[in-house]
Amino acid sequence: MIKIVNNKAWFLVLPVFAVVAFSVVLPLMTVVNYSVQDSFGNNQFFWNGVGWFQDLLDPSKELGGRFFDSLWRNLLFSGIILAIEIPLGIAIALAMPREGWSVALSLVLMALPLLIPWNVVGTIWQVFARSDIGLLGWAVNNLGIDYNYTGHTLDAWITLVVMDVWHWTSLVALLCYAGLKSIPDAYYQAARIDGASRWAVFRTIQLPKMRRVLLIAVLLRFMDSFMIYTEPFVLTGGGPGNATTFLSIDLVKLALGQFDLGKAAAMSLVYNLIILAVCWVFYTVMTSADAKAERVEA
Amino acid sequence: MARITLDHLAHAYRPDPQGPQDYALKEINHVWTQGGAYALLGPSGCGKTTLLNIISGLVRPTRGRILFDDRDVTDLPTEARNIAQVFQFPVVYDTMSVRENLAFPLKNRHVPRDRTAARVEEIARLLDLSSVLDRKASNLTADMKQKISLGRGLVRPDVAAILFDEPLTVIDPHLKWQLRSTLKEIHRALDITMIYVTHDQTEALTFADRVVVMHDGAVVQTGTPDELFERPAHTFVGHFIGSPGMNVLPCRVEGATAFVENNAIALKQAYPGLPQNQRIELGIRPEFLQLQPKGTGVPVHVRRIDDIGRARIARVDLAGRAIAASVPEGVLIAGDEASIAFDARHIHIYADGHLVPGQPTGAHV
Repeated sequence: MIKIVNNKAWFLVLPVFAVVAFSVVLPLMTVVNYSVQDSFGNNQFFWNGVGWFQDLLDPSKELGGRFFDSLWRNLLFSGIILAIEIPLGIAIALAMPREGWSVALSLVLMALPLLIPWNVVGTIWQVFARSDIGLLGWAVNNLGIDYNYTGHTLDAWITLVVMDVWHWTSLVALLCYAGLKSIPDAYYQAARIDGASRWAVFRTIQLPKMRRVLLIAVLLRFMDSFMIYTEPFVLTGGGPGNATTFLSIDLVKLALGQFDLGKAAAMSLVYNLIILAVCWVFYTVMTSADAKAERVEA
Repeated sequence: MARITLDHLAHAYRPDPQGPQDYALKEINHVWTQGGAYALLGPSGCGKTTLLNIISGLVRPTRGRILFDDRDVTDLPTEARNIAQVFQFPVVYDTMSVRENLAFPLKNRHVPRDRTAARVEEIARLLDLSSVLDRKASNLTADMKQKISLGRGLVRPDVAAILFDEPLTVIDPHLKWQLRSTLKEIHRALDITMIYVTHDQTEALTFADRVVVMHDGAVVQTGTPDELFERPAHTFVGHFIGSPGMNVLPCRVEGATAFVENNAIALKQAYPGLPQNQRIELGIRPEFLQLQPKGTGVPVHVRRIDDIGRARIARVDLAGRAIAASVPEGVLIAGDEASIAFDARHIHIYADGHLVPGQPTGAHV
C-alpha cells in the first residue's frame, strides 16, 4: 500500500489560526509591547526594557510591593475559600438525596446561585450586609456585634468569603454529586458485607471515586477565585484601604485608574504566567491520574 | 456453618403491595442445606437478585423470616450475618493493595493483626493470588478482581454461605471455565454453602448440585440438573433449560392417548381427571423426538435442519406449530415431508403450565 503524503489539510486550520491571531496573539503582543515601554500620555512612548519587570518582582520597590501584597492577599483568599468550599461541597453532596422527587428539587436549588451574574451577586451582598438597611448587617449589629464591612478589614474579608462560599459551593457540591452518582451500588453493598464503617466507606470508596471531579473542582475554584474581580469590586471596591484589593482589582487600578500602561502590562503578563503555571500543574496531575486509570482498564 | 431456611418469604419493592402483581418475589419456602452448591436460575427480572439480597441482608423482606440454622436473622444487618457476596461487577477497593483488600473485612471486625495476616496468606494461596498480594488491586484484570471479591468473603473464618450474583458476566469467555472450576474446588475444599445466581443454564447446570429455577418472582422447580432435564415441573423449566428447549404442544388427552390436532400420540400413563377448564399441553424434549422418513409416526413438514455440532436438530411444523426434533445419524430426508416418532416415556402432560402426574395405565384400566 502506498501512503500518499498530503499536507493540504493544514489549510483547513488557517481560519482558526487567523481568528486566534486576531483575538489572542495580536492583543497579547500589544501588551508585551506596552510592558517594555513607559508612557507619559499624549501617546508618547519611551523604551524601558525589562525595567518594569525588575520593579514588579522586587518587593522593596513601590510596584513590586503592591504586586506582592495583592498576590498574597489573593492566594490567601483562594486558600480560605478552597478550604471551606471543598469540604463543604463534599458534605453537601453526601447529604443530597439519591432518588425521588427531592433530587430534582435539590439540584435546582443548588444550581440557583450559579445562575446569578457576578455583579448581581456583589450587589445583593452589598445591600444584604449593610448595617443600616441590609438584613444581615442590621441583624448582626443588633446582636451586639460591631459589624461594618466598609470600615473593618476583617468584616470585609468575612463578607467576601461568605459571599463566595454562598455563590460557588454549589458548583463543588454538584461536581461531587455527579462523582458519587457514578459509584455502582455494588460497592456500597460489598462494603456493608465487609462490615465497613461509614468513615471507611467514605475513605475507601467515595473519596477515591470522587478524586477526578475533586481535582476539577479545585482547579475551577482556584482559577476563578484567583481571577476574582467583579464581586469584590462591587462589594468593597478593594477596600477598606487596600484590604481586599486582589490582583485583578489592582491591575485595573493601575491600568485604568493611573493609566500606567507599562507597569500594568508587565503585571498582567506575570499574572498570566502564574495562571498558566498553575494550569499546567493541574493538567499534569490530571493526565497522570488518567493514564493510571487507563492502565487499569487495559 | 449453617442451614439457611426461607420461611414464607415474600418481597415487594413498593410499600403497600396489593395483589400478587406487586410482589417482586412471591412467597417462597426453601431450605438451603449446609455445604450445598446451589444455582438460582432464571431470566432477568425474575427476582433472583432480590432473593439473594434478602439472604445477605441488603434487602429486608416484606413478609416471612430467614433462619440460619434456628436463629432468626430477618432483622439482622448484613455485617452481622455470616454471609459473603460476590457481585456481577468486580468490587475492589481501588486505593488498597490486594493484601489490604483481603484483610479489609477482618480489619473492620477488629481481628488481631497476626491472625489476619496468616488468614490472608492462606486464602491468597487458595485463590492463586499469592504472587500479586502486594500489587494495587485496581491494576488487575477482571477475573483477578473477581477472585479478590471472593477472597474478601472467604477470609472471614465464620462465613457460612457465599452468594454469587452473576459473577462471570464481565469475565473473558476463556477465563470463565477456569474461574468456575476454581469455585468448584473451593466448594469442595471448604464445605461452604454456595448460592450462585445466573441466567445462563450452562453455568447453573455445571456449577450446582441443585438448581432452583425461578420465573416471574416464584420458584417453579428445585432439583438436580438431571431432574430438571428429565421431568420439568413447569413448561417454563422445560423451555428455559435445554437447547433447544422442550416442545410444548396444546393437546387433548383421552385415556392413555394424547391428540395434537388430529394426530394420536400414545402415552405411557393415563391422566384421568385432568381439569376441564385449564390449558392442557404436551411437553417433549427434542432429544426424545426423532425425525424419520414419512410413513410411520406423526406427519410433519420439515423447514430446515440445523447442525449444532454434536447433533442435528430438525425444525419442523406439526399441524402448523414449529417444533424441534432430533435427527438420528444416518437418517436422510428426501423432500419436505417427513414424520416424527415420540418416545412415550419422555412425554409430560401439563395443565396450565404445571406438570400433571399420570397414573400407570394398568391401574386405570
